[in-house]
Amino acid sequence: MHYLIGDLGHLFVITSFITSLVTAFAYFKATTVNDLEKKTFWLHNGRTGFYAHAAAVLGICITLFVIIANHYFEYHYAYNYSDRKLPVYYLISTFWNGQEGSFMLWLFWQALLGLILIHTNKFWEAPVMTVFALVQAFLASMILGVVIPGLGSKIGSSPFILLRDAMHEAPIFMAQPEFIPKDGNGLNPLLQNYWMVIHPPTLFLGFATTLVPFSFCIAGLWMKKYQDWIRPALPWALFSGAVLGLGILMGGYWAYETLNFGGYWNWDPVENAIYVPWLTLVAAIHTMITYKNSETALKASIILVITTFILILYATFLTRSGVLGDASVHSFTDLGLSGQLLIYLFFFLIAAVALAIGRWREIPSSEKEASTYSREFWIFIGAVTLCLMGFQVLLPTSIPVWNKILHGIGITSNLAIPGDQITFYSRFQLWFAVVVGLLSGVGQFFWWKKIDKDQLKKELTVPVLITLIVFALIVTIGQVYTYTYVILTLAGVFTVVCNTKILISLLKSSPGLSGGAVAHMGVGMMLLGIMFSAGYSKIVSLNNTGMRISTEFSEDFNRDNLLLFINEPRTMWGYDIEFLGERLEPRHHNVYIRKTDVLPTGDRDLVVAKRDFTIGGTTFKANDTIDIHGENTFYEIQLRKNGRAYTLYPRAQINPEMGGLLVSPDIYRTVSADLYTHVSSVMKPSEGEEWSKLEETNVKIGQQFYANDYVCVLKSIDRVFEVNGVQLNPEDVAVKARIQIQGEKGDYYAEPIFLIKDKMAGRIPDEVADLGLRLTLLNIHPETNEFALGINTRQKDWVVIKALEKPYINLLWLGTLVLMGGFGIAMTRRVREFRKMKAKGFE
Amino acid sequence: MKKSHILILVVIAVAIGIIVSTSNDASTYVGFDEALSLSTSGNKKEIHVVGELKKDDEGHVIGITEGADRVSFSFVMIDDTGKEQRVNYNQPMPADFLRSEKVVVIGSYHGADFNASKILLKCPSKYQEQKINA
Repeated sequence: MHYLIGDLGHLFVITSFITSLVTAFAYFKATTVNDLEKKTFWLHNGRTGFYAHAAAVLGICITLFVIIANHYFEYHYAYNYSDRKLPVYYLISTFWNGQEGSFMLWLFWQALLGLILIHTNKFWEAPVMTVFALVQAFLASMILGVVIPGLGSKIGSSPFILLRDAMHEAPIFMAQPEFIPKDGNGLNPLLQNYWMVIHPPTLFLGFATTLVPFSFCIAGLWMKKYQDWIRPALPWALFSGAVLGLGILMGGYWAYETLNFGGYWNWDPVENAIYVPWLTLVAAIHTMITYKNSETALKASIILVITTFILILYATFLTRSGVLGDASVHSFTDLGLSGQLLIYLFFFLIAAVALAIGRWREIPSSEKEASTYSREFWIFIGAVTLCLMGFQVLLPTSIPVWNKILHGIGITSNLAIPGDQITFYSRFQLWFAVVVGLLSGVGQFFWWKKIDKDQLKKELTVPVLITLIVFALIVTIGQVYTYTYVILTLAGVFTVVCNTKILISLLKSSPGLSGGAVAHMGVGMMLLGIMFSAGYSKIVSLNNTGMRISTEFSEDFNRDNLLLFINEPRTMWGYDIEFLGERLEPRHHNVYIRKTDVLPTGDRDLVVAKRDFTIGGTTFKANDTIDIHGENTFYEIQLRKNGRAYTLYPRAQINPEMGGLLVSPDIYRTVSADLYTHVSSVMKPSEGEEWSKLEETNVKIGQQFYANDYVCVLKSIDRVFEVNGVQLNPEDVAVKARIQIQGEKGDYYAEPIFLIKDKMAGRIPDEVADLGLRLTLLNIHPETNEFALGINTRQKDWVVIKALEKPYINLLWLGTLVLMGGFGIAMTRRVREFRKMKAKGFE
Repeated sequence: MKKSHILILVVIAVAIGIIVSTSNDASTYVGFDEALSLSTSGNKKEIHVVGELKKDDEGHVIGITEGADRVSFSFVMIDDTGKEQRVNYNQPMPADFLRSEKVVVIGSYHGADFNASKILLKCPSKYQEQKINA
């Protein structure tokens, strides 16, 4: 038992909590006192406090990682989320697998951001860090795991809890309190994917960065510097928008690539909860930029920045309090933190709103009505559209919360989130997307040109013409005939064209300012990519044989799926497609090995090589033990066209405990479309055991014979002195036949063994699963120099696949990258601006 | 009328539109009896039913049949009013299905069968689960 490390971790947690409170108090004092000497004193204290806090947070992270990396399974966290077989990178991801760990990740990022802020911004340090430290205190309280004496209620859920304390009723701990499990529960195989390593840190960095603009905004209101907070906050808002957007899209890409939901976005409450704050953040960025240029939209900026942060807290509440329990496919374990999360949410909601209301009259605003031909007007319309877009998602996503509130005041509501979420949300979001698309096209012209009615016409003529031509081409070639999609296409093309024009003129004059144009081009491309890939996704694995796969399957299943027998090519999507056999994935080599080359052992994750073989430059020797991912089976499927071959490895996880089949797709990417392929039915492991009756044939060495229609040759018979799994005594005899079988794809070898042990004959048959063949050396006839071979055959290996075509999905990913690039350019510009002002002594 | 007023009116109109449509499209939590009567009266909207899996005296889940293709299955669910119903699901069994203490199915009746398009599970909190493989 390693008690020390857990106690240390717990100490770090408590330290981080207390230091954050101390820091908040010191910085609060530093903000409010007027005496310069005292101010410096408190400022110094605050800084020291935050350093100590950051060190404690780092301490927590290291401690937990030590526990995970050393497999201290006496700790609940290590037991529950890791096991000994996980490679290092998944051990790192174990860190944020549990809720406590994800709070820690959040704490960590914010501590880091706090340190950066302390060092970049002296003027705002005290008020901004007050807010920061308070938020840190709330987050740290989530992992405190301290029981308040007297009240009996627990604050937070500690990641350093011992397994026996977490499972105090488990009989094993009643009997032996010192019991330590030998291995942990491991990481859900579905999550064993590189996205699990990079997606959560990105998303939580996105969450953490929304705190920065919020802190500046609160500091601005507090210090009555209503206008000055925008400058330092803007680069951070852009950074946050980029990182949060990237995090959301990574989640989408992950779902698309491995989770086999068939799409990248499902409008699940968990996804929606992050999508909405991102929309308001983007709206906030727009109003902040407007303010920087024309001193309008200050109030809107304040509202939107506060809203974004509160929505992040609300998202945290939704996803972690268990309130979505009946509404989301993502299952959350309720740690009993609902109350604490609510306090966290309401504290900042009430404080921020109260502060804003208190200062509202003092906030300068322009009395002048914005002209219809001004950029401020159009940007404001854009921000409003983004907010309504978010509102349309937020309202139904919150239905479980409405029910709770109604229940609280005695009304029973049985409302539920719309059953078909994708159709429901898409119907609205599509129209908002059209408006966003058109606005980001037109808006850019207003932004860069002082424009009146006539000039607008002049400016827009060329882009509109180009748009119409490109649009006509896309609609015709892409066969877009649904009117909603036609309109969305128009909006997308218009945005791309307008912003390309702006970009070209900007590149000549001032490329540093091109962030907006680039970002909006990305948005246009994303709209087109989404429209095509979602609206025109179609099943291509149509059963073209005219025969049903099985009468037990439904009509739909028989129509939309393709049955592939091993080594028998079919055609699909203009390609020859062929199933080449089941594959296994070694843990330590990045290759797939043939299931037929290895023998299973008692351990699911270990196999033994039957013979020497080399795959992808890695050589495995006969009788080598190979570590594999035992839960995974891959199906090698080859696509061929014009003499070129591509290989897909869709995956299946056969889980007898769950009685089900979990499948992950593999994607064949071409420029114009993705071929999204997954297996939809596979052989049961027991199915390989239904053999035909034994057929006997006598052959001589070198003689050809037929088995299951394959040409076979008995190559040699040799005496062997070692037989796997059999203890041979000096008087025992074992011989091995070597039989070559000419398969469609090169030669296979079967090596059945005949042995006489303790004067009893024994036979060890060998199987060539690819060919559905089992050969047994039955007997030796020395008098005729013949050998009796037994042949069993069975149905060949097969797999049923389903494949979908996702046209132009690359436009979505490309658009995403372009959007991120746009954010990057804009951020660089604002950081420069900030540095310049700082150099002048303004910050 | 100032432009800003028009804008506000438009925003309010859209917001009301969203609220109305949400309440129209929102699904409901009902029992199987009500779901059946909704379905026979021609309402094909997908609804939520909350319930538990049927279990024998020893707490083992009973009544599960695996589909021929192994990517579908059906099970017996008992809703909050105690009514039993066989539910078909056109996808493999979700992880932790058998351990769930509460199940929410989203779908609709097709004749006498209830076809679920989505299944949500409520699993025992990890602190309540007191089993460990020694």
